[in-house]
Amino acid sequence: MKLSSKPGARRATPIVVALVTGLSLALTACGGTTVNSGSSGGAGGSTATASANPDAPLKEGLKIAFLPKQLNNSYFTVTDRGGKTAVGEFKGVFSEVGPSEASASSQVSYINTLTQQGTDVIATSANDPKAICSALDEARSGGAKVVTFDSDTDPECRDIYINQATAEGIAATQVKLISEAIGADGGDIGILSATANATNQNAWIALMKKELEKPEYSKLKLVATVYGDDNAQKSQQEVQALLQQHPTLKGIISPTTVGVAAAAQYLSGSEYKGKVQLTGLGFPSQLKEFVKNGTMKSFALWDVEKLGYLTAYAGAALASGQITGAEGEKFKAGDMGEFEVGANGVVLLGDPTVFTADNVDKFNF
Amino acid sequence: MLAETTRPAAVRDTAPRLGFLRSWDTAIIIAVLLSIAVASATVTGFASPRNTGFLLIDLIPILLLALPMTLIILTGEIDLSVASVAGFVSCVFGSLWGAGLSLELIIPLCIVLGAVSGAVNGVLVSVLGLPSLAVTIGTLALYRGLAFVVLGDQAVTSFPRAITSGLQAKIGASGIPVWIIPVVILAIIFGVVLHFTGFGRSLSAIGYSEEAARFAGIRVAQTKFWLFIISGAVAALVGIWWTLRYGSARGDNATGLELSVIAAVLLGGVSIFGGKGNLPGVIAGVVLLGILRNALQLARVPEDTLSMLTGGLLILAVVAPNAIAWSRTLSRRSSTP
Amino acid sequence: MTTLALNRQPSAAWLGTLTRSREFSVFLALAILVTATVAANPRFLSAQSTKDLLLNSSILVILAVGQAIVIVTKNVDLSVGSVLGLTAFATGKIFIALPDLPVIAMLAIGIGLGALLGAVNGALIAVAKVPSLVVTLGTLYIFRGVDFAWAQGQQINPSNLPESFLALGSGAVLGLPYLALIALAVVIAFGLYLRNYRSGREFYAIGSDVLAARLYGIGVGRKVFTAFAISGALAGLAGVIYAAKYGNLDATAGQGLELNVVAAAVVGGVAIAGGVGTVYGAAIGAVLLTTITSALPVLGVSPFWQRAMIGALILASIALDRYLALRTERRLRGHDKHAG
Repeated sequence: MKLSSKPGARRATPIVVALVTGLSLALTACGGTTVNSGSSGGAGGSTATASANPDAPLKEGLKIAFLPKQLNNSYFTVTDRGGKTAVGEFKGVFSEVGPSEASASSQVSYINTLTQQGTDVIATSANDPKAICSALDEARSGGAKVVTFDSDTDPECRDIYINQATAEGIAATQVKLISEAIGADGGDIGILSATANATNQNAWIALMKKELEKPEYSKLKLVATVYGDDNAQKSQQEVQALLQQHPTLKGIISPTTVGVAAAAQYLSGSEYKGKVQLTGLGFPSQLKEFVKNGTMKSFALWDVEKLGYLTAYAGAALASGQITGAEGEKFKAGDMGEFEVGANGVVLLGDPTVFTADNVDKFNF
Repeated sequence: MLAETTRPAAVRDTAPRLGFLRSWDTAIIIAVLLSIAVASATVTGFASPRNTGFLLIDLIPILLLALPMTLIILTGEIDLSVASVAGFVSCVFGSLWGAGLSLELIIPLCIVLGAVSGAVNGVLVSVLGLPSLAVTIGTLALYRGLAFVVLGDQAVTSFPRAITSGLQAKIGASGIPVWIIPVVILAIIFGVVLHFTGFGRSLSAIGYSEEAARFAGIRVAQTKFWLFIISGAVAALVGIWWTLRYGSARGDNATGLELSVIAAVLLGGVSIFGGKGNLPGVIAGVVLLGILRNALQLARVPEDTLSMLTGGLLILAVVAPNAIAWSRTLSRRSSTP
Repeated sequence: MTTLALNRQPSAAWLGTLTRSREFSVFLALAILVTATVAANPRFLSAQSTKDLLLNSSILVILAVGQAIVIVTKNVDLSVGSVLGLTAFATGKIFIALPDLPVIAMLAIGIGLGALLGAVNGALIAVAKVPSLVVTLGTLYIFRGVDFAWAQGQQINPSNLPESFLALGSGAVLGLPYLALIALAVVIAFGLYLRNYRSGREFYAIGSDVLAARLYGIGVGRKVFTAFAISGALAGLAGVIYAAKYGNLDATAGQGLELNVVAAAVVGGVAIAGGVGTVYGAAIGAVLLTTITSALPVLGVSPFWQRAMIGALILASIALDRYLALRTERRLRGHDKHAG
């Protein structure tokens, strides 16, 4: 029973474990090709066993599948477009599959299908860091390489994670932008997040709180965090309630594309326009109206299309044997140049871009 | 839910005896066999042990929920709250586990919680006489809401790997998941109860005519009350299964599953008005939807087409039996001058 | 409690009728909610937040009116969320193709498209004689699938839509938002139609007793078809309004909305068993549900309680309906005894 060796692990609930594993063993003992999902899981991204050959050429005809959190989500439409461009460059076969609703377990059957189709690389953004793990284990034991982007799984379930920007960088940028927009006098600010259990969001919010403790932000006070569930109507209603509850509110940070667009849409048609500042992570295409009409001064986002592009190249490098996901390995991502794998198999895309009325027209996503 | 309820002409048609598999059930069973044959021949990767495993393990929650749902729809009622009960139980399961309780204690507690959740539906429907559609729309929102109240923005994921991966084990090289066996046993129990006991036959009698059933000495309210309790308890099993299989207890677990279950039950030939339908047909309905989904996904059919197909099949499932019934009535009329 | 005290006084008979009406109890619940929230934070009724409340509820009110008409005939329309999503996306696509299209023409197109989709439901239900629950569950999937297939992940941005159209979404006349005025017009128009016109009252006849309605010579199938066409048309109107209000939209607009719409009607006293309820009740129910969402954060209630409270409210409403129906029945029976 391995589970008791983990420090702080639960006492071994012996009957249930015995029942589960016993029944499993009894019935699997007679057969050969059982897929044991536990076996490959131990090999984490950074402790890959195969050795890398940095000079190996990218293979042609690699089957690369993008599995976003949800289809018909404009963010992933753009990442997957970037992925498709990259796959075209190294002559692979691109496909995009995914659930129509972003729930924790809905991605599993798609991973299973991709495994069965013999896909070489699965590029996914996880709805839940844990729920898709055993399916990914099975895919990897079937020979697929797994690259996560945007939202990571537990590190032992994938080969590489493409991080869009460091959480610290995102938090620092957001706080800086709202501080600049409000001005030197400071005041109360609120955060409009996505769903309450979005891993990314919560990590960024925690770091923003830390950032706000710095002396240069001493006049900014975070008074509330509300959740708009990435639903336009709910986001607007939460913003309205926020403004009613905190009449002195000077600014709102919304680090989610749906939330910031809904908040901007509401503020621009309300008495708060120009009085309550707004920033967040949003698409230039969705927010250009609002930086031009004075609802908001600036906002940020990483290059979403490049995120997909880099993800596809990382997957191809893995599948071609150039890298294994160990720290310090390097690979070339088309016209983006060379990238290095960091600790825990994480590759960093870069810093977020800040958009203002002056540069917003230059971007096409 | 139809202004003009079209009842079949003969009462004996409605008795759910296995020997009288009506043509729709037969058609569905044939459709299952055909789709297996066609998919095996044309879809690469369909007919393999690994894919069998993927296919069957995804069927477990829907198959489980379809069993009590069949009984409830047979009596002319409906339970839309099952997926929310599963989600609620999943969250309670997670928080109890987080609090350090052992599984031997949590599992029975959760099943009791599911049964109590079902009993609330049962009281409202059978004691207060409220329409089950409205009641279970209410409890659908209520239990899903309580799921979020229990865990809020948290997800409990600290389940031991030995259990979560043990649930995926397969029988030898066949690819058949081990845990489909208890589900099949449960299905057999439901089938025997429904088709070979007085209790089972009384369900269709209730669905066909509640008043007549009451005159025949059937305790209608009590029967319905128990069905909702069973439905809640089975939904709790699904909640537990879901949590352990995905290793994650969270508020949105099993969201929307009730629609897939009802779609499968209706596709299996159970009348939404109650009174007619049988379990083999329902199981065939569940399997058919699962096979189509799996095979079409493998064949790279896009998600939007799958969605349209599900909707289309559902409508077909209700239109086709009516069409069959009409044609029969017509031929009967023409043969008896 | 007021109802019991008042209905014994003949002089206040009209007041008794009013307070005994089902609409009044929903209205009372709304009034209590608003009062409690204002007590917690007076800004809840400031000009801006009143405008917000009206704007937020207008879409749900329009959908609830259509749903009420369908439920009165003892049917249900689960496809409204998908119809809304499809027409909202179509609105964006049409404006991209024809940027100079007048707003009023777009509203007409939306209503027409919605009515067409509603007619598909109506035809299947009335002609093929299959249960509406199943048919509209099926078209919920189908219409959404069409929406997804058409959109292919595309997004409509405010810059794709004409200024005059976006002004419809946030503009107001005399402090009343356009959208609230449209919703109010829909409520009053259908309220009057159902109450004062023979063809309007026939919907109730079908829902109460379909055989009697048929004996009476009412074309049941045609009537059910009309109810679904109306529900679809209103969902189409709501789709255009959705596009105007949010500007940013993709193929997922309105996903899961059907549950709120049915809940609004049920909370507003429209009986799932058919034949009972008014569009006014459904409209107040819609405003109540929207206000709950806005009020809970102001009252400081954890957002996680919101859905659970809506569920509890639905259960309370149907239990109340049952109680009122039983009381009426008992009173009528008592009356009969006296007479006999």
